[in-house]
Amino acid sequence: MPETRSVMSSVRHGFAGARDTVPMLVGAAPFGLIFGALATTSHLTPAQTLAMSLLVFAGSSQFIAVGLFAAGSTLPVLWLTTLVVNLRHALYSATLLPYARDWPLRWRLPLAFWLTDETFAVVEHRLRSGAVAGGAAYWFGSSLAMYGNWLLWTLLGIMVGQGIPGIAGWGLDFAMLATFTAIVAPQLKTRPALAAALVAGTVALWLRALPYQGGLMLGACAGIATGMLLDGKRQEAA
Amino acid sequence: MNVWLAIIGMALLTLAIRASFLVLGRRWVFPPWLARALHYVPVAVLSALVVPMALAPGGSIALSWQNSYLIGTVCAGALAWYSGRTLPALLASFALFGVLRYFA
Repeated sequence: MPETRSVMSSVRHGFAGARDTVPMLVGAAPFGLIFGALATTSHLTPAQTLAMSLLVFAGSSQFIAVGLFAAGSTLPVLWLTTLVVNLRHALYSATLLPYARDWPLRWRLPLAFWLTDETFAVVEHRLRSGAVAGGAAYWFGSSLAMYGNWLLWTLLGIMVGQGIPGIAGWGLDFAMLATFTAIVAPQLKTRPALAAALVAGTVALWLRALPYQGGLMLGACAGIATGMLLDGKRQEAA
Repeated sequence: MNVWLAIIGMALLTLAIRASFLVLGRRWVFPPWLARALHYVPVAVLSALVVPMALAPGGSIALSWQNSYLIGTVCAGALAWYSGRTLPALLASFALFGVLRYFA
């Protein structure tokens, strides 16, 4: 029965996606924990905190929102900040489109909702390496793992938040930093990629004081341009 | 500020950004130069996120052994680069970071 076989293979690809995402779960866990603790000990109710993880599902903008609530910010400022902070996800969306263009919209839309930094890194790596079959199921598996993990740790943060004062000062944000670094480092083995990383990092560091993570976007763009330029030269030389 | 309204707006905006290109499907084909540029998105974006966090965790540049974020990040990066395995690199860097924070 070919249909049963295709369902089985989807399940297998889904599990593979979840399994390859496990290191990312470890990195995101402390981040979710602090978010839950921080949000409920500042301005949000437990229901609002959980709803934010459930509906927005974007760590850095959730943190910034908590800060803006505390600062008594206005709705337009909060929304504009969300837009700018999450703009890098548009690049992810564009990067994955060539692989996903033939999938039905009823898959592409939910998969887009779950497109975090971590799932992007895992899925892009897999698709780029040529393993395109089962890509949607793989992405779905990675998404569910990240989503379940984020909700679980937000919930735990809500529960322990009040009990552990000063949890925000533990340096748990290092987990995310280490995760992103461990994703990038193995990719720096070609010269254009290394140059892209160096330029992106230097520009972002230099412009880090710009508001709305402007340094991040300009750094990323400078890095992409650098990689492309060197890549072009290499292809001409070949 | 109405928190629920704020959350719903954030949710819709975030989804709109993430779906921006993915909803286009077959209606849009990338020119080859753009496809090549997108190749460098993961490395460039993640580096732009990571470098300022590691080198200037408090806002100003801290190039010293006292900067446990920097030491821990170098550890995670070096191990992942060398072994190609993410999880052991992460756990080792967490341990080192914890020790550095404890003695700092």
